[in-house]
Amino acid sequence: MTVFSTIHVAFKALLRNPTRALLTTLGIVIGIAAVITMMEIGNGSSQSIKSSIEKMGANTILVLPGASRRGGVSQGSGSRMTLTPEDCEAILRECTTVGRAVPVVNGQGYQAISGNINYAPRQISGSAPDFLEIRNWEIEEGRNFTEREVEARSRVCLVGSTIVREVFGGRSPIDSELRIKDTAFKVIGVLKSKGANMMGADEDDIIIAPWTTVRLRLTGLKTGTATDTTSIAATSPSDLYPAEGIAFYPEPTENAETDTLLVPKFIQVDMILMTAVSPDKVGDVEEEVTALLRERHRLKADEENDFHIRNSAEFMKMLTGTSAVMTNLLLGVALISLIVGGVGIMNIMLVSVTERTREIGLRMAVGARSRDILQQFLIESMVLCLVGGVVGILLGHGSALLVQKYLNWPIISSPEAVVAAVVVSAAVGVVFGFYPAWKASRLDPIEALRYE
Amino acid sequence: MKLIELKDITKTYFLGEIDVPVLKGITLSIDKGEYVALMGASGSGKSTLMNILGCLDRQTTGDYLLDGEEVGRASGDRRALVRNQKIGFVFQSFNLLPRTTALENVIMPLSYTAGNLSRRECRERGIAMLRRVGLSDRIYHYPSQLSGGQQQRVAIARALVNRPPVLFADEPTGNLDSKTSEEVMQMFSELNAEGITVILVTHSVEIANFAKRSIHVQDGRIVSGTYEGKAVQS
Repeated sequence: MTVFSTIHVAFKALLRNPTRALLTTLGIVIGIAAVITMMEIGNGSSQSIKSSIEKMGANTILVLPGASRRGGVSQGSGSRMTLTPEDCEAILRECTTVGRAVPVVNGQGYQAISGNINYAPRQISGSAPDFLEIRNWEIEEGRNFTEREVEARSRVCLVGSTIVREVFGGRSPIDSELRIKDTAFKVIGVLKSKGANMMGADEDDIIIAPWTTVRLRLTGLKTGTATDTTSIAATSPSDLYPAEGIAFYPEPTENAETDTLLVPKFIQVDMILMTAVSPDKVGDVEEEVTALLRERHRLKADEENDFHIRNSAEFMKMLTGTSAVMTNLLLGVALISLIVGGVGIMNIMLVSVTERTREIGLRMAVGARSRDILQQFLIESMVLCLVGGVVGILLGHGSALLVQKYLNWPIISSPEAVVAAVVVSAAVGVVFGFYPAWKASRLDPIEALRYE
Repeated sequence: MKLIELKDITKTYFLGEIDVPVLKGITLSIDKGEYVALMGASGSGKSTLMNILGCLDRQTTGDYLLDGEEVGRASGDRRALVRNQKIGFVFQSFNLLPRTTALENVIMPLSYTAGNLSRRECRERGIAMLRRVGLSDRIYHYPSQLSGGQQQRVAIARALVNRPPVLFADEPTGNLDSKTSEEVMQMFSELNAEGITVILVTHSVEIANFAKRSIHVQDGRIVSGTYEGKAVQS
């Protein structure tokens, strides 16, 4: 008996009882539909995570200050200020794999005031002109601030499109005044809209100013304290800005200076943001920067790093990893429903074999071999499962499209999942159809013909 | 020329600790073109003999030569092929596939035939067989739309579709009224006249009278035989 004619016979046999065939295969339909929907939604969400990380700036690397340890208790990342602007300069000067590097300081919880409008932006960042280049951000209107303005602690700022909308009512804010913590800033540029980041926070709700301005005029000096367990080479503010001639503290008298131990005070930054010269150099950047910072921070060989290095690839891996775990979990549940569907197939195939005992006996009497009977029932259950699989694929794709339309979730159709679904449903047909088919092929033709 | 040769066939069922001998040494030969009725009361062993002759069951001891070939000890696949090529079955309860047309029922054995015929050849042969049993106007009817006599004729067409040399009929008229019985028996006589060996199993003397030779089985042995009315020593 050729496979083709067996398939023909199988279809006929199934069409003799279409309602039952439909109900039998419903488990497979639901299982496959669930798998397909899960795969499409999972693929879509990991793709959207990837693209939002690319939007944030590809091959960016962050250096964050480390955790301080007080009495053996780690205070968490950022609790110890260990990064200085000089670190940033040194990185640029000495690390050959680093393309750009800028210090970043963050201010939060400040209000921006313009006219009679008070507004608390999500973030006020201070950085250097290269910041926009690194973050892959463009200026919509006006200009970026310059190195000169950074050095001069100029009171200029760039604003995101949300600020333009909320504070300036959509009018061009260029040359307008924006007061933050009693300091008047001049708006010199508007940033292109970036939309929400992958955490859902509005990226455009931001004010960017020279980091020196933010650090010295808004947030105040963040200083290392003597109780930190690691001491760092001290730099006095006067060393930092010799030309400015600013006295941050009353100049001590000669006597006082000899009497008092100078408490180390130095400017800290919240983060150093940098890019590698090329994306494949990200690993080298980490090595070089780690070596340089350990040396600069005078860490002994057995001491932990007092900073953390993060790159966007790592971040991407973490986020896609999370979504992959969720997808796999749901996929597992869908596979279980496929197994349940398979048990349903087996059940009905067993009933069908019993019901058609006389037919089996007759087929044997007219010359069917055991393997012909085995093949007939196996193909019947496979056809049942494959039809269920195809319906499931259509249904799954349909519901993924509905999810996209009504929930606005991104989906990506996956040809691999379709192939896998077909293979899996055929496999379910074979695995769960085998026992009933084997039972049918073992029947004694005499008994089978006499069966009522 | 001998078509069927049985030499000292026995059949014993082993039911746990008790052995039940059903056939106790049957020696029998049937020539090509004979018309034989196998008779006996229920429990006499005639059905078991029929099953062995039809390659559905195996003897416990003895030899069974069909067309010169020992089939009793052949492999399962070989016996399936023998059933397909050399034997046609007609059953008391017709055994047609439900919700399947007369034509599909008739050509069903062809799907197990090794020498592959195309679908068209199969259909043509099936239609020819239905014409031969006088049902050329019932080709696409379902068994439920056919009378008992018509159903049995479809079954005969199915038995003949592979042109076997021997036709076994197990109580072929058991489910039919006397008029249709007559028609069906007439058909067997015609087929026999065309050279097909026909072996009937029946307990009815009337039906057995259609055959040229009758064999009586009782208690697992052949007790007597007649040939065209005359008693012969078995």
